[in-house]
Amino acid sequence: MVHRAPAPVKLAAMLLAGVGSILLTNVWEVGAAFALVLGGFVLAGIPLLTALRQVRPLLWVVAFVGAFHVIATGWERAVVVVGVITTLVLLANLVTLTTRTTDLVEAVVGACRPLRLFGVRPDRVGLLLALGIRSVPVVVGLAEEVRDAQRARGLTASPRAFAVPLIVRSLRRVDALGEALVARGVDD
Amino acid sequence: MPLIEVEDVTHVYGEQAGRRVVLSEVSVRLTEQRIGVIGANGSGKSTFVRLLNGLVLPTHGSVRIDRLDTRTDGREVRRRVGFCFSDPDAQIVMPTVAEDVAFGLRRRGLTKQAISSRVATTLTKYGLESHADHPAHLLSGGQKQLLALCSVLVTEPSVLVLDEPTTLLDLRNAARVADVLDELDHQVILVTHHLEELDDFDRVLVFDDARLVHDGAPVEAVEHYRKLTT
Repeated sequence: MVHRAPAPVKLAAMLLAGVGSILLTNVWEVGAAFALVLGGFVLAGIPLLTALRQVRPLLWVVAFVGAFHVIATGWERAVVVVGVITTLVLLANLVTLTTRTTDLVEAVVGACRPLRLFGVRPDRVGLLLALGIRSVPVVVGLAEEVRDAQRARGLTASPRAFAVPLIVRSLRRVDALGEALVARGVDD
Repeated sequence: MPLIEVEDVTHVYGEQAGRRVVLSEVSVRLTEQRIGVIGANGSGKSTFVRLLNGLVLPTHGSVRIDRLDTRTDGREVRRRVGFCFSDPDAQIVMPTVAEDVAFGLRRRGLTKQAISSRVATTLTKYGLESHADHPAHLLSGGQKQLLALCSVLVTEPSVLVLDEPTTLLDLRNAARVADVLDELDHQVILVTHHLEELDDFDRVLVFDDARLVHDGAPVEAVEHYRKLTT
């Protein structure tokens, strides 16, 4: 059912949930929203462990935000803020895990159509989104190659020695990607 | 076969102090089905093939594909001339295999069903059908290059230009790509350092120091190239 739901509906629901999240003020409401999203994963047939793994990269962010709120506004507010962030990220993951990229892109392109009045090209917004999604594993791969090269040369972990080649290689890849897009008729 | 006319083409990168001539006074007419392009790194061969679908516009001279000028009819030229690069990662633009193959068709005014059908047929033909919904970045190097080829071939170009498509592949995958190229009915223009791939080609162009220095049958062309490097 979650997989079959139209992408525009899922995107609209995500947007509404994001805006509506400001109305969540206590732990019980946040708990209910969290449970609802987890229910979405169950309904979609995605194991809960997979769902929770999706928020692992957020750990440091929520730990920092949580600690800040415990000190500044108290533990209850901290739980609400951390809970809202985690729930929204889980919801976003539920949408991306159950929707084909093409459908997501088409939904965004459709939503951007009214912006043509202001000179926005919806197809370009869609392409940008698709390229963004595609670029994540590419940049991760480049980062691994740079790190391997550093290790092979016996260099210690240096942010500069890591960042400079990564940026240079990423820019080169962008250049090549631009050429490939032209070759595939994107500008035509 | 399509007629490719390169007329008195010179191409220059940069200006004044940084000016570098990468192709000088090249004129050639190509009508054969299998054309190889060889030369040392920096000899001008990659610039030459980039001229053929308008990726590079000549500083001087003209390039025409079936009488369509790359300078004025770029869109039509690119529809006829498909281009495949050496690094497949640089030309796969969509996250999944089927989506990437469909990418080039979405601007052709085809229905969704027609696009799906052509994508499925192409993936099956080249043995990638079981990977249709897989993320492209999880494919092996050889599969990625096959995907890049599929993404070009699905748009049904009449000319296929390949710039060192097997350079980053191991022997097995290079042979697989070479087999795919052998079976094509298209006019194929192949830049390569793997000289044995050109054995049964109709014609081979040799570039050196920005000039076309030899144009002939594979055996003589390869011999000429070897003499240049010794």
